[in-house]
Amino acid sequence: MSMWEYAPAPESREIARLKESYRPFIGGEFVDGGGEPLKSINPATEEVLTEVGTASSSDVDVAVKAARKAYDKTWRKMPGAERAKYLFRIARLIQERSRELAVLETLDNGKPIKESRDSDVPTAAAHFFYHAGWADKLDYAGYGPDPQPLGVAGQIIPWNFPLLMLAWKIAPALATGNTVVLKPAETTPLTALVFAEICQQADLPPGVVNILPGAGDIGSELVEHAGVDKIAFTGSTEVGKLIQRSVAGTSKRLTLELGGKAANIVFDDAPLDQAVEGIVNGIFYNQGHVCCAGSRLLAQESVVDELLEKLRYRVSTLRLGDPLDKNTDIGAVNSAEQLAKIRELAESGDAEGAQRWTSPCPVPERGFFFAPTVFSDVEQSMRIAREEIFGPVLSVLTFRTPDEAIAKANNTPYGLSAGIWTEKGSRILWAANQLRAGVVWANTFNRFDPTAPFGGYQESGFGREGGRTGLEAYLDV
Amino acid sequence: MATPTLPAELSDATRDETSLRRFLHGLPGVDQVGVEQRAAGLGTRSIKKGSKLWAIDTAISMVDLTTLEGADTHGKVRALAAKARRPDPDRPDTPRVAAVCVYPDLVSTAVGALTGTGIGVASVATAFPSGRSSREVKLTDVALAVNSGASEVDMVIDRGAFLEGRYGQVFDEIQAVKEACAAAGNTAHLKVILETGELATYDNVRRASWLALLAGGDFIKTSTGKVSPAATLPVTHVMLQAVRDWYVSTGELRGVKPAGGIRNTKDAIRYLVAVHEVAGPEWLTPSLFRFGASSLLNDLLLQRRTQLDGHYSGPKYVTVD
Repeated sequence: MSMWEYAPAPESREIARLKESYRPFIGGEFVDGGGEPLKSINPATEEVLTEVGTASSSDVDVAVKAARKAYDKTWRKMPGAERAKYLFRIARLIQERSRELAVLETLDNGKPIKESRDSDVPTAAAHFFYHAGWADKLDYAGYGPDPQPLGVAGQIIPWNFPLLMLAWKIAPALATGNTVVLKPAETTPLTALVFAEICQQADLPPGVVNILPGAGDIGSELVEHAGVDKIAFTGSTEVGKLIQRSVAGTSKRLTLELGGKAANIVFDDAPLDQAVEGIVNGIFYNQGHVCCAGSRLLAQESVVDELLEKLRYRVSTLRLGDPLDKNTDIGAVNSAEQLAKIRELAESGDAEGAQRWTSPCPVPERGFFFAPTVFSDVEQSMRIAREEIFGPVLSVLTFRTPDEAIAKANNTPYGLSAGIWTEKGSRILWAANQLRAGVVWANTFNRFDPTAPFGGYQESGFGREGGRTGLEAYLDV
Repeated sequence: MATPTLPAELSDATRDETSLRRFLHGLPGVDQVGVEQRAAGLGTRSIKKGSKLWAIDTAISMVDLTTLEGADTHGKVRALAAKARRPDPDRPDTPRVAAVCVYPDLVSTAVGALTGTGIGVASVATAFPSGRSSREVKLTDVALAVNSGASEVDMVIDRGAFLEGRYGQVFDEIQAVKEACAAAGNTAHLKVILETGELATYDNVRRASWLALLAGGDFIKTSTGKVSPAATLPVTHVMLQAVRDWYVSTGELRGVKPAGGIRNTKDAIRYLVAVHEVAGPEWLTPSLFRFGASSLLNDLLLQRRTQLDGHYSGPKYVTVD
């Protein structure tokens, strides 16, 4: 029997139409930013992709003023049905340029093309379609008569889903009549700047959307700017706390979507093969760079051996490598810094006595790669059970009774998501009520939909994105 | 009754009707949304160049070239046998198919046309396709096939008994057919058709798969081709998982055969990807995976020429049999 190797099936990087340089987008124009240009690199090869101009603090001021002007002169006064047309137009343009966006996202972020192509970009378009539909129905959305926009929204997004997080932020803000100044992550600014082109193509009035590439200092300038009425942040809990401190005592509204350490609970009556799929999807999707990743597997002791045997076999079939290859399941970690953090936490797992198992898959020599890893014999007290790793590392804990499962699942300062695997409907409902997490998936994991509100408990943040509930974060009701 | 090599939990399962029922109902459930999502996800694998040609050749070698019509004649079977021997007359290096699959009364014709070629003769039996007859009639049907020289028997399970929960009856019948497959000088391989389109749920497919494996089926096969839906990718996933689980607990390799509805190369490659990634690379051989198909072969031949020639040649260049 000969082995069947899949021939390389790479998507062409030409599709990304990568430019030599990119610039900030302010007041409807691409402008030279006053900040030091940054080099965006391809995490799969460590090659420089392009140079990106960044904003300075005076650019932040100009952008906020441009957003204010657009808010006062056009956007807030525009009937919802008219705003909706722009959103529909943007949604369709995202679809039209979907291949370009997908390849560019993969080059800049390192995620596999099958995910950017089948998940990130289509879901981003779906968010604009969904919110376009709300723009003219806000009076009937249950907030009482005549809910009002807040004004200028400052939005700061992370590097794990660059375009999708942009869509989560911008679509509801525009639908409700706000204007935005958005700062993409330092390592992944490119699709946001192509989105700026799409705003131009859609004839969006100048200043309604402004995009400011830059590092954390530009983010804090934006947060502290007096002309901003609302801050929406997705990122680490550490930075979230700083932002909350900074806006305390001001009239700025704030929503935070922060870290997580989600429990994926597998009861002994679970559909085991699909639970294995859900565990894999929960922690290895997007290299585990998912705030709601199912990073803690809580398995009932009576099935843990069988489950782990199946899980290890399944994980060993995951294909790690060139993110542009259509058959790649696990791409590159986004940055050297993140890779170092993952390694450090994994080493703490070894040091604290957990059993490390690593997929035997080949790992490319260049680029930031980390092979899928499963730690068993993990105890609640270990760092890998408590801290967010944000990488392809699963910590396996066990439980004996349903109450113990819930107690362990809730034993975290986070509370973003959780998963329940059981064939018993009553147990799903019971467990969902006990779990302190913003999203509870039952017999599935990491499913996203613009109609479903997403957000956290406790140190995973507050406020919701998506659904009717998500609109409220951008409305004065 | 049970095979002596089985581990205790499996040999205990077949001790009596109650144990069998308890075992089958104790198998983990199959989540419909999850298995369909996984099948669709694996369906996006992109198989190109050398790996595609390898897949096409492998798929050709796995075809059970089938004719199961009321209108089948000796001439039709001989034509099919000729096609099996030389699928693409212009290209003698094209692999032969695994077997020709016919009704029992035509087995001797097929055997006559294929003796010495290494190509198997599979016969459907047991009151195919409905399986609605007495045990005696079904076994006579099997005897006709085996005595005529069939190397493989494709039986149907009694879906009525299965759906009524009379698992012991289904089990006994498979065992009886298995015994009947061993005639003087000829032991036919047994493929057990579950007719998954009539079992309706994935839980039933999993239970029927284990039932057939416990009873000694060498292959589990999705469908007769006479009921819609016939083979589907998610159903085949469940069955591939069953043979993998069987291997993990017993060390024995058993086969899977999707049949019906697989008409083109793209579909066939999706099935091979599932074989490769769900069951494992060991199953990528005609002794452990087959396609029950008729029109699939010509599409595989066309795509094979396209790969080798660099351009599409058109349906006039393959033989219609």
